[in-house]
Amino acid sequence: MQKKIRFSWAAPTEADLATTDQALPFAWSTPILSGVTGGGLAVFLSLLGMVEVSSGRDIISDVLSMGQLLVLLCLIYAGYRAVTQTSSLAGVGDDDKRIAPWLLIAGALAGLVSSALLAILVLIGTTVDLTDFFIRATPNLFNVLTLGMGAPLGLLVLLAIGALVGILVAAAYLLPGRIRLSIVLGLGLIPVIAILHSAFFSGSGLSLLAAVIILLVVAGASYAWSTSQDTVKARVADLSPTRQRGMRIGAWVAAGLIVLALPLLGAYPADILDMIGLYALMGLGLNIVVGFAGLLDLGYVAFFALGAYTMGVLTSPEIQWTGFTLTFWEALPFAVGVATLAGIVLGIPVLGMRGDYLAIVTLGFGEIIRLVFLSDWLKPYIGGSNGITRIAKPVLGPIVLNNQQGLFYPILIGCLVVAFIALRSKNSRLGRAWMAIREDEDVAQAMGIDLVRTKLLAFATGAAFAGLAGAFFATKLTSIYPHSFHLLVSINVLCVVIIGGMGSIPGMVVGSLALVGLPEILREFSEYRLLMYGAALVLMMLYRPEGLLPEARRRLELHGDEEQAKDVSAADVPTRTAAAAAGTPAVLGGDE
Amino acid sequence: MLQRLRRQLSGTMVTMWLIGLAILAVVVIGTIRTLAMGHYTGADWLDLSIYGIAQGSIYALIALGYTLVYGILRMINFAHSEVFMSGPFIAYFVAVAVDNAGLMGDSNWVIGLLIVMLVAMLVSTTVAVLLERIAYRPLRRAPRLVPLITAIGASFFLQYTFLGLFGSGIRGYPEIEALKGRMMIPGTNVPILKTQLLVIVAAFFMLAILYIFVQRTKMGKAMQAVSEDKDAAALMGIDVDRVIVVTFVVGGALAGAAGIFYVLLFRQVHFFMGFFPGLKAFTAAVLGGIGNVTGAMLGGLFLGIAESLFPNLVLDGLGIPAPYQLKDALAFVLLVLVLIFRPTGILGERLAAKKA
Repeated sequence: MQKKIRFSWAAPTEADLATTDQALPFAWSTPILSGVTGGGLAVFLSLLGMVEVSSGRDIISDVLSMGQLLVLLCLIYAGYRAVTQTSSLAGVGDDDKRIAPWLLIAGALAGLVSSALLAILVLIGTTVDLTDFFIRATPNLFNVLTLGMGAPLGLLVLLAIGALVGILVAAAYLLPGRIRLSIVLGLGLIPVIAILHSAFFSGSGLSLLAAVIILLVVAGASYAWSTSQDTVKARVADLSPTRQRGMRIGAWVAAGLIVLALPLLGAYPADILDMIGLYALMGLGLNIVVGFAGLLDLGYVAFFALGAYTMGVLTSPEIQWTGFTLTFWEALPFAVGVATLAGIVLGIPVLGMRGDYLAIVTLGFGEIIRLVFLSDWLKPYIGGSNGITRIAKPVLGPIVLNNQQGLFYPILIGCLVVAFIALRSKNSRLGRAWMAIREDEDVAQAMGIDLVRTKLLAFATGAAFAGLAGAFFATKLTSIYPHSFHLLVSINVLCVVIIGGMGSIPGMVVGSLALVGLPEILREFSEYRLLMYGAALVLMMLYRPEGLLPEARRRLELHGDEEQAKDVSAADVPTRTAAAAAGTPAVLGGDE
Repeated sequence: MLQRLRRQLSGTMVTMWLIGLAILAVVVIGTIRTLAMGHYTGADWLDLSIYGIAQGSIYALIALGYTLVYGILRMINFAHSEVFMSGPFIAYFVAVAVDNAGLMGDSNWVIGLLIVMLVAMLVSTTVAVLLERIAYRPLRRAPRLVPLITAIGASFFLQYTFLGLFGSGIRGYPEIEALKGRMMIPGTNVPILKTQLLVIVAAFFMLAILYIFVQRTKMGKAMQAVSEDKDAAALMGIDVDRVIVVTFVVGGALAGAAGIFYVLLFRQVHFFMGFFPGLKAFTAAVLGGIGNVTGAMLGGLFLGIAESLFPNLVLDGLGIPAPYQLKDALAFVLLVLVLIFRPTGILGERLAAKKA
């Protein structure tokens, strides 16, 4: 067969494709735009300072630092985007090798363009002092970008690496699926293991040998699994139902034991686990308000603050005006109670509001509470800007849970209780009423749902969980200040809910692991935390609005039309299949 | 008879009116006691009012951005506060360059200021348009919470991008010598800070232009049509996408100008500077009736004046120490009260429950 590639600058239109003889279309704009995207991202990350701050941590000692990994990921993204788009433009299967050399060229071009953008940044930055504008455009950054080799040589190396990465990505794309997956998994796990390793144990990266071993073992295991998974699954399916159930219970018990043993890793991991637990607790609470009932509450921090302050006021010996000090366990019901009450009181005025208005008003409530706590007005009662210190620790008989490891267990129990409540209420009459309100208030009311009662119950339950989290938070830190209860806490919890998956209960654990645990491990990026949260919110809404671990019903709601379209078109005439496959998602596609 | 009365008065209604009456009583008592104490002279009140008008005209300009977008897309552009922040922030670098070039002197400060202002408006407009294109347009038909959450995410992303790129420091704008100090308002003997006078005059000028634009021009009428009914407007041959982009352009430009006025009053930029003005401008938009252009202007002015008078007028009389600390809380209290007792705002249709 004759090799025909039809070159063009821009991607061909439908009309162009219709007149095509056997030639495969190839548009130069595709790899170049991909390169600009990836390179622009790399420049952006460099100017933000993310590359520089993370260049101190080694992934593989003396070979690859985390900063370099970031740049590398941008290059890989550019190459991947160029290769997949070129391939889909050509419209041939992965096994058609006619396009293969052109995929390699597209990858190389994209990588080259990306690294060229970086090189331009280095050239500008080393000739003009940019630090007046971009405070992170320091000589050290340019040193990192040129691999410490200085301007002319380092730039050439940078360009070469860019092109090479692009070619490698294209080559990996051309490999058969199983091998490709194994290699990607192996390569992907190296940084994960290295980061965990350096965060908790040594502070240094892996040795080159260790990295190679990880690559070989993971890739080998993954390949072996991909060839044998069907037989293993079949063998498990052949077992008797009781054996299968036994295995499942065994797996759960093992997972539970691992969770229980986690705090033994040390005080620092335990501290992170405590924060993850607190956010999971709040996420579960907000999940009821936002995820189940569809009431966007941006003032959630108010209930958290009220729980913490109630605990502080009741248990701290510093607060004299109450005339008594309680123990932690005596004060806990009050903390939850006050928060619940506040949930109802703040819920009443916003009953008639929907959507956006509710969000802003609740945001206002949260800020009012913080500003009032901060003001001198209530200083004699709750300490004003000095906060409350010496808050009681939980005591269980002879055991005082006065360290981060010990506190993990009450928090864990709290999470389990709350998760149980959420799980049981989800499919109860109440849970269904919540979801009906979320879908359509007017219809729900017409079906006989008492809007006032149902909404207030959602607010109260959510607030109670936040109050519980607040009480634990107060005792965890033993001192609380108004500054701890900023609007950002509400936003963080909202991110947990959105990223975990609105309405999904295991999603909250995943969400808080990702949003609280990950930034702790990637400490270098702590100042970019909110930047990444913001980006994550936007990206999630654009590409995966149902969250990481979606609730089944929600997924159907957001993508149901697509699935239906698939069903219809499969049974329908072939022309509709093409239309449905080419169509953007019906619900979210908008006016593209 | 009694039964019918009971049916009309539901529990929540009664509670809400009781809360309302209690708040009214507190306000009245506080005001009377402050005036009886006589801590402040008439000149003090006048000063505070002028400050309030200057601040309020800035709120009005920002509030227009919220109101225009809400009117057309039925969404709160939460990131509008960052649109407001980005303009003066980037223009700061231009302002420094302009100052170094000697364009902020006594004779030519108008040119320098105009350049800085144009840059700020341009940057804010660009940010607003990019937001619309990247974040909002793909979600136009999504469930109602989705665009709002996107806007919140975009707001934080922009804020912390500015923090990351330009640092967390407060950057002081160069001062314009000619605008230092006070003068008498022409024709009266009321003293006023020159910057305040400039801000008030310029802001009112821009508000007037916008009013004419929306009421008289073809594009303005198209905007009104789209906000009435998007589909019907499209059937009448209006390019809805273009109208939406123009809306973001207008909102962004006004926010950029408001940013420069803000800088004239406070002479500094900071990555977090958009947050409170943004929220307050939103409050102002709601006060005036969201979706209503005149309402946003009135709401902004009202909020500015209320905010500068209220702490001294009411809280002082109640014996609350350091009342200015609660200034920011006031805007939120007002917002909540308006939404509870008059969700239509001063001049608006009822939107809080129906179309949101």
